[in-house]
Amino acid sequence: MPSPENKKPKKRIGVFVCHCGKNIAETVDVERVAKTIKEEYPDVVFSTDNHYLCSEPGQKEIQDAIRGKNLESFICACCSPSMHEATFRSLAEKSGLNPYQVEIANIREQCSWVHSDIKEGTEKAIKIVGTKVEKVAENESLTPISVDVNKDCLVIGGGITGIQAALDLADAGYKVTIVERAPYIGGHMAQLSVTFPTLDCSQCILSPKTSAVAHHKNIELITTAEVVNVSGFVGNFSVDIKKTPRYVDSDLCNICGECEKACPVIVPSEYDGGIGPRKAIYLPFAQAVPSTYVLDADNCLGIHPLVCSKCKDVCEQNAINYDMQPEIITRTFGVIIVATGYDLYNINKIPEYAFGPDVDVIDSLQFERMLYVGGPTNGKVLRPSDHKKPETVVFVQCVGSRDPEHHMAYCSKICCTYTGKHAMLMKKKDPNAEVYVFYIDIRAAGRGYEEFIQRAQEMGVVYIRGKPSKIFRDGDKTKLWVANTLTGERLEVEADLVVLAPAIVPSKGTKELANVLKASLDEYGFYKESHMKLRPVESYIQGILIAGVALSPKDIPESVAQGSAAASKAMTILAKPKLEHEPIVATVNSEVCVGCKVCQGLCPYDALSFDNENNVSVVNEVLCEGCGTCVSACPTGALSLKNYSTDQLEKMIKAALRTETT
Amino acid sequence: MTKIKLAVAAGSYCGGCDMSIVALNEMLIPLEDAIDLQFWQFAADFKLKDVEKLKDGEIDITLFDGPIRTSEHIKTAHLFRKKSKIMIAYGSCACFGGIPQLANSYSAKEILDENYVHGYNMDDSGQNHMQPTSEYKKGRKMTLPKLLDSCLPLDTEVEVDYFVPGCPPVPGQWETLLDIISKFIKTGELPPKGTVIAGNTALCEECGRTKPDEIVINKFVRPYEVDPDPEICLLAQGIICLGPATRSGCGAKCTLNANVPCRGCFGPAPEVNDAGIKMLSAIASIAGAKKEGELGEEGLKALMDQVVDPFGTFYRFAVPEIMKQMKMAKKQVKHVSSKSK
Repeated sequence: MPSPENKKPKKRIGVFVCHCGKNIAETVDVERVAKTIKEEYPDVVFSTDNHYLCSEPGQKEIQDAIRGKNLESFICACCSPSMHEATFRSLAEKSGLNPYQVEIANIREQCSWVHSDIKEGTEKAIKIVGTKVEKVAENESLTPISVDVNKDCLVIGGGITGIQAALDLADAGYKVTIVERAPYIGGHMAQLSVTFPTLDCSQCILSPKTSAVAHHKNIELITTAEVVNVSGFVGNFSVDIKKTPRYVDSDLCNICGECEKACPVIVPSEYDGGIGPRKAIYLPFAQAVPSTYVLDADNCLGIHPLVCSKCKDVCEQNAINYDMQPEIITRTFGVIIVATGYDLYNINKIPEYAFGPDVDVIDSLQFERMLYVGGPTNGKVLRPSDHKKPETVVFVQCVGSRDPEHHMAYCSKICCTYTGKHAMLMKKKDPNAEVYVFYIDIRAAGRGYEEFIQRAQEMGVVYIRGKPSKIFRDGDKTKLWVANTLTGERLEVEADLVVLAPAIVPSKGTKELANVLKASLDEYGFYKESHMKLRPVESYIQGILIAGVALSPKDIPESVAQGSAAASKAMTILAKPKLEHEPIVATVNSEVCVGCKVCQGLCPYDALSFDNENNVSVVNEVLCEGCGTCVSACPTGALSLKNYSTDQLEKMIKAALRTETT
Repeated sequence: MTKIKLAVAAGSYCGGCDMSIVALNEMLIPLEDAIDLQFWQFAADFKLKDVEKLKDGEIDITLFDGPIRTSEHIKTAHLFRKKSKIMIAYGSCACFGGIPQLANSYSAKEILDENYVHGYNMDDSGQNHMQPTSEYKKGRKMTLPKLLDSCLPLDTEVEVDYFVPGCPPVPGQWETLLDIISKFIKTGELPPKGTVIAGNTALCEECGRTKPDEIVINKFVRPYEVDPDPEICLLAQGIICLGPATRSGCGAKCTLNANVPCRGCFGPAPEVNDAGIKMLSAIASIAGAKKEGELGEEGLKALMDQVVDPFGTFYRFAVPEIMKQMKMAKKQVKHVSSKSK
């Protein structure tokens, strides 16, 4: 290593090492780091340590050094760049430096926090800072790329989360398009009888919102539709929406219901969880939005007038059209909000619970439909097998949840409280009924939730701690084998009706949509937020926001809050006149590129294209996210990433691999 | 016109490079007047001791072919470096190690044992077969040079001025070389040191095969398994072709005339340091591209496992940069420690 005296600095670099209180200073000798770096790198003309670089005095010290020592670039050895890179870059800008002349050496998360030995920690910190000195020495000054922002927002999913997000945005004056896969919006909330802990009617609090969506001048609703392709980037997403036909013209349909009467096909209603019937042409519930019938082509006798045209024949409005074709609608949006919600875990994967073979074992959504006054049983709780009133009703929680060996490891969060609600309502409907709840633990965190469970217990609901090992049919009863884990007793319970609370899982098609969006999912298939605490509704992809149960199980208040959170996050993007795009992008040296096209199929952001005339690859800087996929694939060395050149990386690796200084 | 003094020396060579000079045919005619041959064992009976008698720098140009494989090659390399003004690494072996460097996976002992101790053609196994010294006339002994632990290019041993890659180099390069020589004779001017006398781009520039919009490999095939479409890029057909990472200048003879993939004999393309790793990275990128999710880790591994002999495929002609650095570092350490003794 050349000594600083006999070599003139190529670039005047400053190094600021942060103590972060004791966070760093406990396992890294920050003074030694500052001293050693200055001794070893002639380009480092100033180095110092500071208790809190991010504090105002800390920033002032940097600012003074930039002016006093004529720094051309500087390094902050502190926490992760995801914390304070923006802080120090804007400080650089204020002090007259290019923000890309600032590098963060992460000596906290990647060093002090993972080491306990101060000697090792210090050595590693020196190396980490050394790599950044090598990098910043070659950093170019860059200017962010400015791009236009499309002011429209796409909301995928028309459940309560999506509805809330759409309404907030629409009220703020932004145009919103909601894409819903089902024929109607409202999602699972529209299926619920009442909501916990207030027991107010779900439909009554939901329908003002669905109705507002239907009539809002800024909201466009596309139902029976799915997002099939997304390209572009924040501010300019180009989205292909595949709309499958409804076969009913919503402008003409006056929901007279004649078609439904005429339809000869009866199938189980999805809305009623399969315990009630519907026709092949149907309107699932009176308040449905959009308020128009839909023809279910899979169950219709043939969407062909020669096979059956009963509905078309009776429709006075001539609203039914068998010739409607699927269409692809292409639109541009500035922001995409994903609120695709959940499904219930497939209980058939738990054969010991006899869900299916025994019709008196039902899931919680089916029970919810039974409780609903306008539901298939008109609000009466009946045994599906003989339509009699059940005398003993057993609720089983954690069906597929909290079972890391066989099913889902996580807690589905809402089941404890809604089961309490179910048990309470059961007791209300029939105070003589014996109501049991089998649980592992009661997790009823939330305002009024614990009291709510206690109320259920006070009403005579029997809570038994234990998870049934087997549920089976015995004559006209359903039996459960269970061990009471508090007393150690083995129990056999005879029930007339068993209600299971299945795990909440990501809705069907989440994986496909995530592929289209290039968003990441966690091990269970829920979307991943970019920071659990600080960016709870942002995905890893800028401009794609995630809200509600698509992220993890949630109750209605939380989902609504996230819908609003996503809307406000969306507005922070949409409100800007122009967006700035990170200038750390790939570039092609067209002198070196020989047009081998190896890179062409690799860009996850569609930023690469090919110039046939000059036989070279071309990078669209606005689309490029700087991931480096193409750079590592380029066999000729024509592609490089700005401020991450091969030369820089090589020098950084050498700095990281150098031998110990002590 | 003064003649220039030329020598052709060799390391662990196969003779192909020398043949490539002979095969220049009529291009050799003007050389006759320009050149005063000092050494070329392949062509005539020159002796090393004749070279030893020359003054330092008396030879104008030495073409050195073959890598450094034995102690004898080290001596030869240093001798010619000392006696020559210009040292040219001629052919892929001298430039990058060539085919013989594939043996770097094994130590000298392993190689000797495989061939002379455990070799299937040895009627009697045992160390007796390895007798580096033998008596060939009464009282006269001959000692074989020592097989080194590494097989490295010429520039790891002596300073090299120019590189002429190719296995073997082609007449096109000789045109450039003759231009350089005649310019040197007339004006004494030379191109910058380290110049590679070959193309200045990657091979694809010379290969006119049509490329599809995207190149993705979902199945690897070897040339003998299929009858490749002669018009379409071989990579696009699932055949590993080192063209994109390899220097041009050969005229794309293999890919255009013989319908076989480029094996990389011209060494790394101008902006590439280690062609093998670059190409490996490219192949890993396009293998199963966009199907990563579907294939999963296992599927991708199974796909990459279809690549037969990765080392021999990606590093057929050039010693990996990292191995070169490591072997050189080791040599240096040895050098230092033996000195200190």
